[in-house]
Amino acid sequence: MNEQELHAVLIRALTEVAPDVDPAAIDPQTDLADQLDIDSIDFLNVLVKVHEQTGIEIPERDYPKLSTLDDAVAYLLAAQPRGAGTDA
Amino acid sequence: MPSLGADMTSGTLLEWRVKPGDEVKRGDIVAVVDTSKAEIEVEIFEDGVIDELLVAEGTRVPVGTALATVRAAGGEATAAAPRARAPLTVTSAPPASAPPAPAPPVAAPPVAAPPAHPAPAPHLAVPAPPQPLEEHRLRASPLARRVAEQLGVDLAAVAGSGPAGAITRADVEHAAAGAVTPAAPALAAPAPAAPAPAAPGPAASGAPAPPPSPPAAPAGEPGDRALAMRQAIGALMARSKREIPHYYLQTQIDMSRALAWLAEENLRRPLAERLLSSALLLSAAARAAAATPALNGFWVDEAFRPAEGVHLGVAISLRGGGLVAPALHDADRSSLDELMAGLRDLVTRARAGRLRGSEMSDPTITVTNLGEQGVELVHGVIYPPQVALVGFGAVLERPWAADGMIGARPIVTATLAADHRASDGHAGSRFLTLIDRQLQKPEEL
Repeated sequence: MNEQELHAVLIRALTEVAPDVDPAAIDPQTDLADQLDIDSIDFLNVLVKVHEQTGIEIPERDYPKLSTLDDAVAYLLAAQPRGAGTDA
Repeated sequence: MPSLGADMTSGTLLEWRVKPGDEVKRGDIVAVVDTSKAEIEVEIFEDGVIDELLVAEGTRVPVGTALATVRAAGGEATAAAPRARAPLTVTSAPPASAPPAPAPPVAAPPVAAPPAHPAPAPHLAVPAPPQPLEEHRLRASPLARRVAEQLGVDLAAVAGSGPAGAITRADVEHAAAGAVTPAAPALAAPAPAAPAPAAPGPAASGAPAPPPSPPAAPAGEPGDRALAMRQAIGALMARSKREIPHYYLQTQIDMSRALAWLAEENLRRPLAERLLSSALLLSAAARAAAATPALNGFWVDEAFRPAEGVHLGVAISLRGGGLVAPALHDADRSSLDELMAGLRDLVTRARAGRLRGSEMSDPTITVTNLGEQGVELVHGVIYPPQVALVGFGAVLERPWAADGMIGARPIVTATLAADHRASDGHAGSRFLTLIDRQLQKPEEL
């Protein structure tokens, strides 16, 4: 997946967990949990949805690297299995 | 119309999930009901075939009104009680072959029916489950979004009539229909369905008649929803504080072992199977509750009734405010994996989807984990007729003395609010001690 696709995957996961959130209103550089008032279960649910869509495995110690939208997209881009653009 | 709360007098049938001719099995979700505080999925409690839908979507009817008729396989049609506690009014629908599934009329406002507010039916019997205390400050409810999608309505173009301008289903339909239907679907009950002489609930013995509760909020108007929710919270919590002589205990628990075990365990687990510390806390509380029967059950008829199993109510804050406390069934006998999966599912459905009637009515003891929000300590208010509420604060690094040394450790403050009619501090103390002990042996949870 490219950056835009990953961004879309994240937004979809976030709005599934927090349906009242306006995707356009998310500040890509502010902490998502604070900004969207999501807790650890919501956050886990978001990561699980992202994993289901992308196949990317995210170790627990890396959770802090996905705390903002921009960071999360960057992390996922870098973490994609090789060749993911075609077979994922 | 099932009773989904001690103070629920009527409900709006939002959506049918079945149509005439559909086969249903006990436990299937057949409809979605709006209690004015929450949208709840209603399960059916018998097997059969849906014969006729008696209540149109969008209609508000008193508790006890038959919603549909169900034919037992090859048998007679009986009024469906999509919850055991709804009365089984037998109707004379013939065991006819199912009609070709007519789409139920949407939001057909009944004509000239009396504003059937069921007389303040004494809510005996209903074991006052934790109230679905929900507030919709959403700009659009999940249902409204779905309907908008189905009808091809652009939400941005719909004016919301709900609290804080939230867009409701009625608004969406209104927009789709070019404003043909009245915004507020049907205040009235279509049939002269008697105001349900109190549904015979599982605990058919009548909880101490709830004290003069404030009039159930005036029904269907979306704008009344926030008010209804505040009233429900007010009525239930006031009742709790008025009737229940609470006593409070607290203890600090060293979470070092539990968290170290958790981190290790999660290393081995794929994302979707990872555990959160909440699951450990819930498991420990459930097991401690099983070992302390005086805290797990209901105060009904001036006496304590221990519950059969431990159905752990989990207080879940809702987006935009309010909370619900649905049950994790048999939590004391569930593995951490099961608890974790159950918790994720409950939280997801409570916040973005819907809960089920049985989840709302079953908790035997409730846990609130306000630690997620960062506070250190929470002293809870018991959900009547339960007799105990367990609170967990945030796990915070704190100085801790052990073995003659002071070090920094992750500490959680666990609290218990318990009903002094049902138990004494001795039992409560034992309960908190048990939680601590279990958390020192996380591998056994």
